[in-house]
Amino acid sequence: MLFSDKHAGMGELADALADDAYTEGRSLWRDARRRFMQHRAAVASLAVLALLLLFAVFGQYLSPWDNESIDWASLPNLDEDGAPGLASQHYFGLDPIGRDLYQRTVQGSRISLMVGVLGALTAVIIGTLYGAISGYVGGRTDAIMMRTLEVLSAFPFMFLVIVLMAVFGRNVLLIFVAIGAVSWLNMARIVRGQTLSLKRKEFIEAAMAIGVHPFLIVVRHVVPNVLGVVIVYATLLVPEMILFESFISFLGLGVSEPYTSWGALISEGADAMWTAPWTLIFPMLMLVLTLFCFNFLGDGLRDALDPKDR
Amino acid sequence: MFSFIIRRLAVAVPTILALITVSFVLMHAAPGGPFTNERNVPEAVMENIEAKYNLDKPLWQQYFIYVGNVAQGDLGPSFRYKDFTVNELIESSFPRSAYIGAWSFLFVVVFGVGLGIIAALKQNRWPDYTVMTAAMTGVVFPNFVMAPLLVLLFAVTLRWLPAGGWEGGQVEYIVLPIIAMATSYIAQVARITRSSMIETMRSPFIRTARAKGIPRHKIVLRHALKPSLIPVVSYLGPAFVGIITGSVIIDQVFSTGGIGQHFVNGAINRDYSLILGVTILVGVLTIIFNAAVDILYTWLDPRVRY
Repeated sequence: MLFSDKHAGMGELADALADDAYTEGRSLWRDARRRFMQHRAAVASLAVLALLLLFAVFGQYLSPWDNESIDWASLPNLDEDGAPGLASQHYFGLDPIGRDLYQRTVQGSRISLMVGVLGALTAVIIGTLYGAISGYVGGRTDAIMMRTLEVLSAFPFMFLVIVLMAVFGRNVLLIFVAIGAVSWLNMARIVRGQTLSLKRKEFIEAAMAIGVHPFLIVVRHVVPNVLGVVIVYATLLVPEMILFESFISFLGLGVSEPYTSWGALISEGADAMWTAPWTLIFPMLMLVLTLFCFNFLGDGLRDALDPKDR
Repeated sequence: MFSFIIRRLAVAVPTILALITVSFVLMHAAPGGPFTNERNVPEAVMENIEAKYNLDKPLWQQYFIYVGNVAQGDLGPSFRYKDFTVNELIESSFPRSAYIGAWSFLFVVVFGVGLGIIAALKQNRWPDYTVMTAAMTGVVFPNFVMAPLLVLLFAVTLRWLPAGGWEGGQVEYIVLPIIAMATSYIAQVARITRSSMIETMRSPFIRTARAKGIPRHKIVLRHALKPSLIPVVSYLGPAFVGIITGSVIIDQVFSTGGIGQHFVNGAINRDYSLILGVTILVGVLTIIFNAAVDILYTWLDPRVRY
C-alpha cells in the first residue's frame, strides 16, 4: 500500500516532470522560430516572398495575353495605347516591341528567382563542403585550401563572369553555374571558422573514437551543426545572386531572347523610358521589392539563428 | 611591415598570373576570333592580319609573348580600335572612371560613416530609425536600378540635369553618376558603422572614458571612432573594386566614356587584348586595395601586427 502509494506519487512526479520537460524544453530550432516570429518585418517579408513565388508560378494565368505574341493593334501608337490599363488587360502595359509587359515580367520573375535560389544553392553546397573539409582536416590541407581561397578572392569575378558570358554565349544554365561557382568564397570562410570550434566538441570526438569515416563525420555531424549560420548567409546570398544576374543581363550579356529576367527588362525599360516609362518602372519595382524582402528575411533569420552576432 | 609587404607581393604575383592565364584561356576558347566578322577578306590579307597580332602562332607562344609584354607594362594593340593600343584606350578612359569613382568613394566614406555614427548614438530613437530605413532603401537600389531611375526623374521628367555625356567632367554631368554609384554603398557603410559603433560604445574602455568625465563628442571622435572603423575598412576594400566594376553600368547609362564602356564593348566584340588589359588592371587594383586595407588595420588596431 505504502509502496504503491509512493509509487503512484513517483509516477505522478515523473509524469509531471515529463510534461514539464515537454512544455518547457525548447529545442534550438523552436527557440529560433519563436525569435523569428517576433520579427514582424521578417514575417511580413516571408509572406510577400510567398506571394511573389505564386506570382512567378501562376501569374501567367491571370492575363489573357501571352509573353510572345505582339499586340499589333496597339503597337503603332505605343506611347499611348501601350500604357498600362485594365481596359486593354495589359496590366503593366506593353514592352518596347509590343509584347504584354505583365507576362514578360512573370517570365522574368521566374528566371530571376530561379537564378537567385539555384545560384545561392550552388554557392552554399560548394562553400559549406569546402569550408567544413578545410576546417575539419586542418593542418597543411587547411593551409593550402585557405591560400587558394585568398588567391581566388583577389579575382575580379564580375569581370571574369562577363568574359565567360561573352565567350560561351548567353546561356541561362551557364549563368547559374558561373554565378554560384564564384560566390561560395565567403561561405567557405564562415563555415571553416565554425568547424574549427566544432571540431573540439565531445560528440565529434566520440564519432572519431568509434571510427566513423572522416567524410561522414563532416557530412553527418559538422554540416548539420553549422546549418543555422549557413541558412542565414544563404538567405542573404539569394538577393546577391539576383543582383548579380540582373547586373549581367542589364549589360546585355545575361539571359537572351526569348527568355528574360528582371535585369534584362530593366535594361529594355531604360532604353525606352523617354516615351514609355512604365517599361522601366514595373520590372524595377519587382526587383526592389524582392531585394527588400530578402534583406529583411535575412535580418530576421540572423536574429533568430545567430543571436550572438548582434 | 617590410616583410609583410614582401609576403603580400609573393601572393600577388601568382594571383595576377593566374588571372591572366584564366582570362587568356577563356578568351581563346571562344568560338570565333576577333576578325571573324570581317566580310570577304582575301585569305592573304587575313593571314597578314593574324600575323600582325601573333594569332598565327601556337597558343602557348601567344601566351608567353603576352605575359612578357604585360610584365613590361605593354598590354598590346587593341584588336578592334585599329589605331590604338590598349594602354592608350585605358589612359584615355580610366581617368574618367577614377574621377567619378574617387568622388563616389569620398561620399561613401563621409556620409556612410557619418550617418552610421548618428544612428548609433541615437540608437532606437527617430534619427536611428530614419537612417536605418533610408539605408535599407538604399541597399535595395543597386546602381543599375538607380542610374536609369535618376535619369527618368532628373533628366526625362524634371529636365534639370543632362541625361549623359562627359563634357570635361563638369558638375552637372557627374552629379547623377556619382549619386547612382554611391547610394547603395553609403547605405551599406552606414549599416556596418552603426552596428560596430554600438558595440564599441558598450565596451569597458568607453565606460572608463565616460567615468573620467570626458565630453561625449570627444569620446566618440577620439576613442570610439577608430576601433569602430575596422569592419568598415574591411568592407571598403572590396567596395572600391565594386565601384570600379559599377562604372561598367554608369558608363553604359550615362555615356561617360569611362573604362566600363571599353570592357563591355571588348566583351561583345571579342577584343581579346582590350578585355584582358582591363581585367588585369582591375585585378592589380584589387590586390593593391586589399593590401592597403590590411595596412590600415595596423593603424586602426594596434594589436594587429605583421
